[in-house]
Amino acid sequence: MGTILVGQVAPAADTATPGIRRKLGIATYLKRNPKLIAGLLMFSSLLLFSALGPLFIDRELARPMSAIPSQPPSSTFPFGTDDQGRNLLAVAVVGLPLTLQVGLIAGFVAIVLGTVLGLTAGYVGGITDMLIRGICDILLTVPGLVVLITVAASIQGAISVQMMALVVASLAWMWPARTIRSQVLTLRERAYVQMAKLSGMKTPEIIFREIMPNLLPFLAASFVGSVAAAILASIGLEALGLGPQNEPTLGMTIYWAISFNAVIRGMWWWLTMPIVAIVILFISLFMISAGLDEIANPRLRKVSS
Amino acid sequence: MISTQPVTRGLIAPTDVLAVDDLQVSYRSDRGEVRAVGGVTFGLKPGERLGLVGESGCGKTTTALAIMRLIRPPGRIVGGRILLRDGGGEIDLASLSDERMRRTRLSEVALIPQGSMNSLNPVKRIGDHFADSIQAHERRVPDSEIRDRTADVLKMVGLRESTAKLYPHELSGGMKQRVCIALSITLSPKVIIADEPTSALDVVVQRHVMETLGAVQQRLNAAVILVGHDMGLLAQFVDRLGVMYAGKLVELAPIKDLFENPLHPYTRLLISSLPTLDQRGTFHGVPGLPPSLLNLPVGCLFAPRCPSVMERCSVETPPLQEVAPGHWAACHLYRTTAVPVVTAVVAANETEMPRDAGGHNGLPYRE
Amino acid sequence: MPPMTNLLEMRNVTQVFGDVNKGGTVAVDNLSYTISADQPSFTAVVGESGSGKTTIARILLGFQEPSEGQVLYRGHDLAKAPRDISNQFRREVQAVFQDPFEVYNPFYKVDHILDVPIKKFKLASGRAATRALMEEALTRVGLRPEETLGRYPHQLSGGQRQRITVARAILLKPRLIVADEPVSMVDASLRATILQTLRALNEDLGISFVYITHDLTTAYQVSDNILVLYRGRVAEMGDVTSVIKNPQHPYTQLLVASIPLPDPNRRWGENVVAASQDEMSDFRAGCTFAPRCPYVMDICRSTVPPLYQIDPHRASACFLAPQANPDDLPTVEGDVTGVFQPSERLLALTGASDGGSGDPLITDIASQTR
Repeated sequence: MGTILVGQVAPAADTATPGIRRKLGIATYLKRNPKLIAGLLMFSSLLLFSALGPLFIDRELARPMSAIPSQPPSSTFPFGTDDQGRNLLAVAVVGLPLTLQVGLIAGFVAIVLGTVLGLTAGYVGGITDMLIRGICDILLTVPGLVVLITVAASIQGAISVQMMALVVASLAWMWPARTIRSQVLTLRERAYVQMAKLSGMKTPEIIFREIMPNLLPFLAASFVGSVAAAILASIGLEALGLGPQNEPTLGMTIYWAISFNAVIRGMWWWLTMPIVAIVILFISLFMISAGLDEIANPRLRKVSS
Repeated sequence: MISTQPVTRGLIAPTDVLAVDDLQVSYRSDRGEVRAVGGVTFGLKPGERLGLVGESGCGKTTTALAIMRLIRPPGRIVGGRILLRDGGGEIDLASLSDERMRRTRLSEVALIPQGSMNSLNPVKRIGDHFADSIQAHERRVPDSEIRDRTADVLKMVGLRESTAKLYPHELSGGMKQRVCIALSITLSPKVIIADEPTSALDVVVQRHVMETLGAVQQRLNAAVILVGHDMGLLAQFVDRLGVMYAGKLVELAPIKDLFENPLHPYTRLLISSLPTLDQRGTFHGVPGLPPSLLNLPVGCLFAPRCPSVMERCSVETPPLQEVAPGHWAACHLYRTTAVPVVTAVVAANETEMPRDAGGHNGLPYRE
Repeated sequence: MPPMTNLLEMRNVTQVFGDVNKGGTVAVDNLSYTISADQPSFTAVVGESGSGKTTIARILLGFQEPSEGQVLYRGHDLAKAPRDISNQFRREVQAVFQDPFEVYNPFYKVDHILDVPIKKFKLASGRAATRALMEEALTRVGLRPEETLGRYPHQLSGGQRQRITVARAILLKPRLIVADEPVSMVDASLRATILQTLRALNEDLGISFVYITHDLTTAYQVSDNILVLYRGRVAEMGDVTSVIKNPQHPYTQLLVASIPLPDPNRRWGENVVAASQDEMSDFRAGCTFAPRCPYVMDICRSTVPPLYQIDPHRASACFLAPQANPDDLPTVEGDVTGVFQPSERLLALTGASDGGSGDPLITDIASQTR
């Protein structure tokens, strides 16, 4: 007989399976991820502060002898001044972006280096993997802060902010490299990678077109982690006095405050400003990281009831 | 309590060990309510083997999970009763507290879930799995008794007592599945629900596992609900078979009656699409797609794909009616009050493709 | 008649995982098998999990280099092939996999799986031509392009996704498709359709198939020849109807007896299936099936049974065969392909009398005028 089916229009459902798997719109998802939102908001307000700050106060006031020294917070000096006459509000406006700069540069360099090495080691395997993993493992055992202190202390003359970032990055790439490598190991055996091979894709292309996009949430979370670690390391170095001596970064401010006995002298505002700024910074980074973690790891996502 | 609905009275009998009465399960999603199970009613006789067959999304697994009260948010039971009868009384599982349900699970109603061989804890020995189950339900059972009971139940599934000392990865797929069967009968439940218990196993092991399940069931005189999509497997094992489609039961009959005289058009198409060893080169598919459970059409859910569809079908939902003794079907073709008006006959199941047809590309229809 | 070109040739391929002496498994044991480039074939490779059938698929697709032996593509050693040869190999040998979800990269729309090969193999140039090619392939498998293209994998049903995979294979018009359980994760109602499409590809386009499955019924429906594997060795092989209707090897008999027939009147018999307490043991000194065989004899445990050719199109690696046959049975050594019967219809279709120019003789539906 072989009659042909006519006029059977299947209902054009755009999900054939009952709405269990779905691609959530970004907006709807973000509504459910309060950590990410709160973290992003906090971080953006810090950025805004750095960006708009110079409109309200002259950056030059962050230099010594630009205001009456040792003044507590008042309407003229909202954050007070330190004992060398720096207006601490101006220091915040100048120092915060410097600290962020260190963190972002270092975090970025670390993640790029870590990703490239991790992807290669994970996908290519063999000797390349052994080499990269070996270097990684050796460097991971190195006590980072000690090395950083030694390096920073032995660089003659003033160390610039960018230099600091690179020094920090050199010891921050290993952790992303390791974790990305293990992610790649699992993704490498996926059927869609085999499909890509069958379709004629070569190894480098497979790594960047097939595997990497699926690592993006993971990379983002790693990036935030690297940034946080880098900022912490740089502040640590600065607080020990090994930072750029001429720049009023947050860490240097802490250093000076401690060196000049701010607490004993009752100048609580001197230490408070950098500490509060750093705390807000880290809380925001942590929340962003936790929020991104939720995206990367769907099991952590809250289920609506 | 027997349902007061006249239509369903025959589906459930007072002697049934389990009675599912108008069960409804829905999932809340961003785009609305997904009705996974839309009013399913059937009764399970003691010691009986009942099968539930259907394709993906038909609601058979959801029904099984609902009976075990294992539906998690965003899904929930939105209606109906699940009556477990034991001795004199009956309890509605749907309305039990979480704690009471926990105690009922495994001791009265047990589940062998899909992919259960992968749910064995890889860092625990087999024996520990049994110990956990027993101790979770009974207090202060001495270790020697646990060991004995474990050995007994392993023997019932054809495994040696020494298996208890092994770790899951040391067992083959078939052996793991038999361990799962053994786990489910540890406390001698009255009802065993097996959800696709052999899906990852090959034919020989599958047969062995099913025969084991059958032997165990007979030993305990437990009733079994076997959920699956393999009509062949169900034909080999069950006494009665229920066919589900888009969350509803469309046919329910003793297995021989169902195969000899399938009433519902969907059942007929399903059966004719099964590959057989009788004749080579005949391929019958079932055209179309099941409806979206978000947006169910009015009337019979199978109407858009039905070769015998009538005008009435897209307007009125056919109820499950007893067309022959013990043989229920939800189809307007069998409504005695209906006058069938055939408006569109689509011969979907007559698409036997002769092997040397060069004209077609092999497909007589579009999806 | 010009010599047959071999598309793929497995020569004494052995694949071992782990150290054999310490519990490693022999997935494939000295198998030699050939797939012709001129004569399309449809062969089912059947066996239980662990029989080696998936390993064979991986070896044929070039994903796995065998521990021993060689795989030759048109005479070239696949492991050492230069780039242009391996590109050509990719063009001619394709696959359809089991899982209709895993083959899609969740980051991309389903179009990705179609347009990557089109670009890589230069099947069309320009967006319009690419799109047209994709639409044509989708239509051939019974899908509507407007309902499938532009969607993400999770927005389509398993059946639709699997059909798109088949459409992809059609696009490429390879010489060989390795189909590894292509319908086991697809709903029953769609299985018949997909198998029908595969069969049509074989008959109309002359594409050879290696159909890997543990489902004997579909193997019977769709293939011409069958190879039954047990623990890496060939147990029985030959024409599919004779092997399944009249199995000679005890393992094949066991397989056939275990098929769950969808007929409540023909249930699994009462005969006790040889117990599988020794499921895990790997006995290789003699016949691998000896520990489970109901007809085991002493010789089975001490000597590896050769592949006896019972009739021109059937072979069984079992010592029962010479017992049942008064004459001396020839044994198949080395390449086992000779046992398989090329389909007469396919021979006629591809015109084996035409010159073997090395160019695949593909007949398209539109141009077929026979």
